Amino acid sequence: MTEWEAVIGLEVHVQLATRSKIFSRAATTFGEYPNSNANAVDIALPGVLPVLNGEAVRMAIKFGLAIDAEIASSCRFDRKNYFYPDLPKGYQISQLDQPIVGRGTLPIFFGDGSIREIGITRAHLEEDAGKSIHTAYDGLTGIDLNRAGTPLLEIVSEPELHSAAEAAAYFRELHGLVTTLEICDGNLNEGSMRCDANISIRPKGAVILGERTEIKNVNSFRFVERALKYEIDRQIAVLESGGKVVLETRLYDSERDETRSMRSKESSDDYRYFPDPDLLPVEIPDELIESVRVTMPELPTAKRNRYIHELGLTDYEAGRLIEDPHGARYFDAVAELSVNAKLSANWILGNVAAALNRDEISFVNVPIAPDQLGTLLKRIQDETITGKIAKSIFELLWTEGGSVDGIIESQGLRQLDNTGELEGVVSQIISDFPDQVGQFREGKEKILGFFVGQVMKATNGKANPKQVNEILRRELRA
Amino acid sequence: MDQQTIDKLLSLSRLSLLPDDREKLLRDLSSIVGLVDFMRSIDTEGVEPLAHPLEVTQRLRPDEPDTSFDQEHYQAIAPQIRDGLYLVPRVVE
Repeated sequence: MTEWEAVIGLEVHVQLATRSKIFSRAATTFGEYPNSNANAVDIALPGVLPVLNGEAVRMAIKFGLAIDAEIASSCRFDRKNYFYPDLPKGYQISQLDQPIVGRGTLPIFFGDGSIREIGITRAHLEEDAGKSIHTAYDGLTGIDLNRAGTPLLEIVSEPELHSAAEAAAYFRELHGLVTTLEICDGNLNEGSMRCDANISIRPKGAVILGERTEIKNVNSFRFVERALKYEIDRQIAVLESGGKVVLETRLYDSERDETRSMRSKESSDDYRYFPDPDLLPVEIPDELIESVRVTMPELPTAKRNRYIHELGLTDYEAGRLIEDPHGARYFDAVAELSVNAKLSANWILGNVAAALNRDEISFVNVPIAPDQLGTLLKRIQDETITGKIAKSIFELLWTEGGSVDGIIESQGLRQLDNTGELEGVVSQIISDFPDQVGQFREGKEKILGFFVGQVMKATNGKANPKQVNEILRRELRA
Repeated sequence: MDQQTIDKLLSLSRLSLLPDDREKLLRDLSSIVGLVDFMRSIDTEGVEPLAHPLEVTQRLRPDEPDTSFDQEHYQAIAPQIRDGLYLVPRVVE
């Protein structure tokens, strides 16, 4: 029985978060009325000229610095020629042999704590195409050019991924990186990151690559994993039944969870690239690179290391927190105020995550400001309030807002730290439940929980549980 | 340059030709390819490739959107429009 190995390379198209398009000044806002963001350059009227958006260049440089790649000191734009109605010029402006970003690496982290460095071959700037709408127009196709000219950074990985899970982890890591860098809004359901995969199968240990297929346009973490898993199994089945994998483009159908042949690549694409005479060579002086370098945020890898090694979080906690840059930023602020990273992580991954999930919102619009959550956690630690009370204050902050200290004072939620008062409550309860006292004294230790519950009920949850336990044990044994 | 290459170029360019024009195009393209072949024979060892005939570099534009254009003005010249979309003959890959 042959043991097979998958060889996968991903091409990820990242829509850059510029306000205007890469070669025109039309806006890049999503979801506008059809063609309201398509100006003369985008609809390719004769005589128009492209003018390069400096911010797209800066964002590409930022990505290059983040993956430790060489930034070209000079690069060029080329025309990739093909005919399709959502590309009205008849060519896409792209970069063929002088990409702005050269070879780099992206470390990817797995749940078990292992790390793999994945090579990135290159990343280049190009323009997005428009959208074709094939339905509902009496056999005609509707063309919306709002997306046409949106800047894309195409990031090409080395064929170094060996399973569907690894490919999904790479895609996820890339998503975390570009959103942390704030060069992409990371909105997968609006197509802000789109993934093509090249995939082949070979006997494990073989050097020569098998024939590959290409899967187009897979746009979610889950679908990347499922589409590749399906395609790996399909190719293995073809090879094991004595067949041959055919070089072709396949489309993933998420409803049926399968890939289907879209077109065979027998007549290989002939894009007749040539340098675009409308655009001059782009010089990237060191000063430009340095001016981008000073804007670099803490990168996910550094953040992860800091969370694990300085703050003492687990691999899992660190991984969950850095998944969403807004979540990580929230955690940083809360942890600094509460002075307890572990407790902050517990609350954010527990109560906050659950409430976000329940209300279907994200970290961008958490209703509780980080300073309030930080204060809340500080009040647990300085024993002003119990954990139980903290939970109910949290719910109040979430739904109605307000300040932690204000709520504690106005509702009298301060923990009972007056031993005398607590002792009074305890002796009252002991005299109220003589049967249970008898059971405890006969050795039924479990009944202690019942007394703790009674004390909590009598004090509206404000008693310090540790103190309650101590006093109860002492009084019950008396 | 042969008829087959001409056919491929025509298909890639989505162009059709009158039969009489084929001979002329074949001659013209052949002479262009001949010129390129001749230039290839020149020793360019150590000569840096020219990226652009102009000795200037690309100016970078600030990222400031301009929404002052008039969509209707552009759409007035299109053969068919509906719901803001340009309508074209159906294309399916």
